[in-house]
Amino acid sequence: MLHDPDLNSYLFIGAVLFVCGVICMATKRNAIGVLMGVELVLNGANVNFVAFSRYTTLGLDGQIFSLFVIVLAAAEAAVALAIVLNFYNNHLTVDVDRGNKLKG
Amino acid sequence: MVGETLQKLLMTAWLLPLLGFVVEIFFGFWSKNPRHSKAAAWTAVGCIGAGFLCSLTALVMWGTASNAFDDGDAEGWMSQQADINHARHPHHEADSSEGAPPHEHEGADHDAEHHGSSEAGADHILTAVATEDDGGPKLERGQTVYSGTIYTLGVFGSLELTLDYYIDSLTLVMFTMVTLIATCIHLFAIGYMSDELTDEYVDHFAHKADGSHVHRPGRFYRFFAFLSLFCFAMLGLVLAGNIFQVFIFWELVGICSFLLIGFYTERKTASDAANKAFIMNRIGDFGFLIGLMVLWTYFGTFRFGDTMVDNEVVDQGLFSMVHRAEDGNFDRDELTGDVLITGTDGHVLTNEDGSNRQIPYYLLVVVGLGIFAGCVGKSAQFPLQTWLPDAMEGPTPVSALVHSATMVAAGVYLAGRFFPMFVQEVLLTIAYTGCITLFLAATIAMVATDIKKVLAYSTISQLGYMMLGIGVFGWAAGLFHLITHAFFKSLMFLCSGSVIHGCHHEQEMPKMGGLLKKMPITAITMLIGVIAISGLAIPGVIAFSGYHSKDAIVASALAFKNANSAHFLLFFIPLLTAGITAFYMFRLWFYTFWGAPRDQHVHDHAHESPWIMTAPLLILSVFAAFCAVGGDHGYLYLLLTGDEPAHLEAGVTAVGDGITLPAIQDIVDEHTTAGTWALVAAVSGTLIAYILYGTNFVNVEEMKRQLAGVHGFLTNKWHFDELYDALFMRPAHKVAAFCAWFDGAVFDRILHGAAKATVVVSKWDRVFDENVVDGFVNLIASATQSVGTSLKVVQTGRLRQYVMFIVLGVVALFAVMFTTFPG
Repeated sequence: MLHDPDLNSYLFIGAVLFVCGVICMATKRNAIGVLMGVELVLNGANVNFVAFSRYTTLGLDGQIFSLFVIVLAAAEAAVALAIVLNFYNNHLTVDVDRGNKLKG
Repeated sequence: MVGETLQKLLMTAWLLPLLGFVVEIFFGFWSKNPRHSKAAAWTAVGCIGAGFLCSLTALVMWGTASNAFDDGDAEGWMSQQADINHARHPHHEADSSEGAPPHEHEGADHDAEHHGSSEAGADHILTAVATEDDGGPKLERGQTVYSGTIYTLGVFGSLELTLDYYIDSLTLVMFTMVTLIATCIHLFAIGYMSDELTDEYVDHFAHKADGSHVHRPGRFYRFFAFLSLFCFAMLGLVLAGNIFQVFIFWELVGICSFLLIGFYTERKTASDAANKAFIMNRIGDFGFLIGLMVLWTYFGTFRFGDTMVDNEVVDQGLFSMVHRAEDGNFDRDELTGDVLITGTDGHVLTNEDGSNRQIPYYLLVVVGLGIFAGCVGKSAQFPLQTWLPDAMEGPTPVSALVHSATMVAAGVYLAGRFFPMFVQEVLLTIAYTGCITLFLAATIAMVATDIKKVLAYSTISQLGYMMLGIGVFGWAAGLFHLITHAFFKSLMFLCSGSVIHGCHHEQEMPKMGGLLKKMPITAITMLIGVIAISGLAIPGVIAFSGYHSKDAIVASALAFKNANSAHFLLFFIPLLTAGITAFYMFRLWFYTFWGAPRDQHVHDHAHESPWIMTAPLLILSVFAAFCAVGGDHGYLYLLLTGDEPAHLEAGVTAVGDGITLPAIQDIVDEHTTAGTWALVAAVSGTLIAYILYGTNFVNVEEMKRQLAGVHGFLTNKWHFDELYDALFMRPAHKVAAFCAWFDGAVFDRILHGAAKATVVVSKWDRVFDENVVDGFVNLIASATQSVGTSLKVVQTGRLRQYVMFIVLGVVALFAVMFTTFPG
């Protein structure tokens, strides 16, 4: 029988997801890629929520939190994709480095 | 119950014109066509007419309740006294069985006024009132008064300012008289003022700088608004239950007078006259205020009568605070001679330290003279008489209502109302003031040629008669004349208005003449007024009102002369003036209506006025002729004297070398003598007028030349205007010129110096401001800008770079956290 994974394992997975997401955001020049990185970061946080929820009285708080995060992520993706589409209409590319009009 | 009903009726009559005023003054706002509509006028007529019906009902109620005309029968007063006690009970339920029979039709006034003639058999005025005295009810002559508080305006420490009412027979008669005359005059004014019903009224007497006439919108509804406000003020004055309230309405009446005299405000003469009237009245009111202050300081109340609750006196009034002894003089302290202030039971009130409350005698004289000074201003007595003739600049209905029948009568009314507080010295002053005034004004009236000016001087003269009557202890005579005079003088003013209207605003009598055929109604009603004021009569057959009332005054004066032979002038001058009165009044009538036309143009265009103007003339002429039927046994006189001040009956005996005031009986004894003399004077005056102006027997122009000196002196009104000009105006101008010079030479220098100093200081201030304050502010701004410039390079606009910054930042935060809080 496999022994149950302890909390650290979950936290480790979450941290890996988070770091992957951040690296993705920092390195990708494609806007869609940046969005994917954001999703990874959020899901890394979700894993942490669910893992910690075991130690709460009801045992459900974290799950509810992550459901909210997922819903928000969906909304955020919709908005972000709309922005990306507009960006594309204006620049004929989705390279985020081209969007430097606000440079000081 | 009678008291409550009376109060409600009179309050209604009083407040209705105020309602009318509010409606009318906003009439231009409410009406689509305000300049052409007569609705405002009818509103005013409705209000004052309803007020008349209320007053009349109240008067009839009073007459019924008092039984004043059942000789020697005291039942009425007694039962009424019981009613008062009920009425003064605040929680008493309304008792409907005590209501008065309502008289709502116009005819009732004729019934009421003429009723007395059939009961002239009563040989002496006897009204009795039951007063609670030691053992039980005891009959004695006295007053029945309903008084109380309507509304408390404010309480300042022990000073309580209230709206009170004070209802006695004088109040009721005044109310009925004022509302009746006002109703007639309102009706008349609808006709007289009808040329104001236009969008563009051309004022032929007002010129612009380029000499053209003034064009302005018609002010028909505004005129009636002012009239209504005036009626409200006058009725409030009569109803007032304390002297302060009288003062309030006194001023309101004054301001209405100001507004109405200056109604044609574009005319310089009119606005000057309005100012003159107002300022002259201020002089009198100054004395009034002094009187009020003394009253407040020593008596601590302004109320006339006592306020009763549950048959107990809760607030004592002024009239019961001074007590008269058997001989009619005030109770005085034996050592100091000060007048003692007593409670309602006649016992002397004491201060907190146990000493008697008292007022120095001379201050009581000051009070009387002060209040009388107010009356002098309002009633245009010498030496403040000059405003009234100028007040004729107002429209004629105003002259009739305000400056003959009511407002100027307010002074006489107040003198009568405040009579119980007057001491002998004050009464003598009143008598001599009246005496001088009546002679002065009558002489000027003899030579005046403006029809309204003659009537104005005649008004002053008659007011002088009233004051004289009051001054010589003929209280009832003076007020009797006040009522009768109001009727015939308003009648004559309306007649003159009708003439002026018919002659297209021609007021000079030398241009009239022969108008009898053209304006028969006006001429006949005018003749009735003239006969009434002249005091002509066929004794025992027919006598118009003026005969009775003037007789009463002359009789009082004669009785006074008999008691104090040093003051013989107080009898002879009025007697002489009675002749002069007849002379100038008939002169006016002959000039205007008799003989051949002097100015064909005016005569050709003259026409009788429409019915709305002649109907009031007819109504008023009936009253002018018959309101005093029966003389001092008649209804009106008995009503008035029902409540005359108690000490009149026995007269006042002189103390030391003072003056003796006659008792009622003395005056009655002299009636026949005085009446005969007055009639002789009046008849001779009439005859002279007829010879001079009714026939061509004597050449008047020639006579005028012969007497040029006297004539000029009289035409210039005894040079009073010039005298006041020299005494007051020029010194005032001199002082003003000096002030102007002082202002320019001293104050302006100081001010200019201050201004220059300010400029210098400001220059320094500017330097400081520009360099220090602005420099500091600019420094902050430029610092902010340079920081911003140096920071802007961080904003590269590259998304991935920002994410890296975030990551690095987070890592840095963690690093800091772990190093700061290890473990």
